[in-house]
Amino acid sequence: MNEPTYSHILKEGLWLNNPGTVQLLGLCPLLAVTTTVINGLGLGLATTLTLVASNVTISLIRKLVRPEIRIPVFVLIIASIVTIIELAMNAWLHDLYLILGIFIPLIVTNCAIIGRAESFASRHTVDRALLDGLAMGIGFTLVLVALGGMRELIGQGTLLAQAQLMFGQFGNHLEIIFIQDYRGFLLAILPPGAFFGLGFLIAGINIVNARRERKAALKSTPAAQPAQA
Amino acid sequence: MNYRQLVITAIILLLFAVIGTALVVYTFDNTRDRIAANERATLLRKLHQLIPPDAHDNILLDDAITVSDKSLLGTSGEVTVFRARKAGQPVALVITAVAPDGYSGTIKLLVGIRADGTLNGVRVVAHRETPGLGDAIDETRSDWIHQFDNKSLDKPALDRWKVRKDGGDFDQLTGATITPRAIVKAVRQALLYYRDNKDTLFVSNETNQQDNKP
Repeated sequence: MNEPTYSHILKEGLWLNNPGTVQLLGLCPLLAVTTTVINGLGLGLATTLTLVASNVTISLIRKLVRPEIRIPVFVLIIASIVTIIELAMNAWLHDLYLILGIFIPLIVTNCAIIGRAESFASRHTVDRALLDGLAMGIGFTLVLVALGGMRELIGQGTLLAQAQLMFGQFGNHLEIIFIQDYRGFLLAILPPGAFFGLGFLIAGINIVNARRERKAALKSTPAAQPAQA
Repeated sequence: MNYRQLVITAIILLLFAVIGTALVVYTFDNTRDRIAANERATLLRKLHQLIPPDAHDNILLDDAITVSDKSLLGTSGEVTVFRARKAGQPVALVITAVAPDGYSGTIKLLVGIRADGTLNGVRVVAHRETPGLGDAIDETRSDWIHQFDNKSLDKPALDRWKVRKDGGDFDQLTGATITPRAIVKAVRQALLYYRDNKDTLFVSNETNQQDNKP
């Protein structure tokens, strides 16, 4: 199999094949947690860490594991990594853990992780698997933060509320209140708001992609074809 | 796949299970103390919102008893009571009461009561009320919960311990009546429990079960 280039892996994870907006994997945490920017960022970073660790481990052992049992082995590895991250977060980022706590175990069921393990890490070298985990994780985090930002702004009229949970004392000054005494737009915070938000986000991305393709077609250079969702 | 391959495959799978478990156990062992300390610190921080740190000189988290009283404390399970003393004298206590009839399930409360029966304050510890409506009971969302500060069973009178909509003295929340109603009731019941049991609540030093008063 041809090894993809580093820049191609980056582009795939961040844009062309983004797990949140193109592959639509991991919707469960994506929709549940993104009520604020900080929640999104916290879960995004935890997911990225899991993706990198699981991709690297699975790439390392890819020649050891027989194809018949690769899925149970992947599940074992991912579940162990997530448990370790959960314990570590409870110990060192306790306040954030109190908010994200119930969602961290859900990373185990995030299809993006086993998806990358199966379709990428188990077929490629460690360096590429690491980069793929990082790119996919950051791509996912960006979607979580964007969606969290939209919902927080519309739902509460703030951005970066409770940033101190992540950045300590420094975070206290990060909160931006756009509208004082804003009554809040309930729909944005409730689960339907997450679906609307994600829908608008994907629509926006499709518009950008369509425009880029048109430009590329005008120059008559071969356009990169985004993968099907 | 022949028998030999089957065994080898199973052993590989077992190996991964053992390594994975070993790593999880190692992490668990190394984070256990820190996590326990975090949980204690979080709880103590909540308790100190209700009992100022300089108002007591005992170790709050260790001076606790568990009691149970289904009708007054909202749960058939055990309820922890933390007791604050200064120079051996009772100062206040915090009851981890439960409001069983919230809009979406039970609401866990901390009810801080001074030795004279007035409220130091109330905090919501865990709830699943509607975001944007019922969640204003959370201190980080609104000041609603502060209306309980310094109230007691005489102030307002017992039959005024209701939300305004029901003819009482407590504000409801816009768009949410069930949630405030549940909390007002739970706080009133906790105060009643304290009135009925105050002689014994500060006495026992061991964890013990209080008899249910009829």
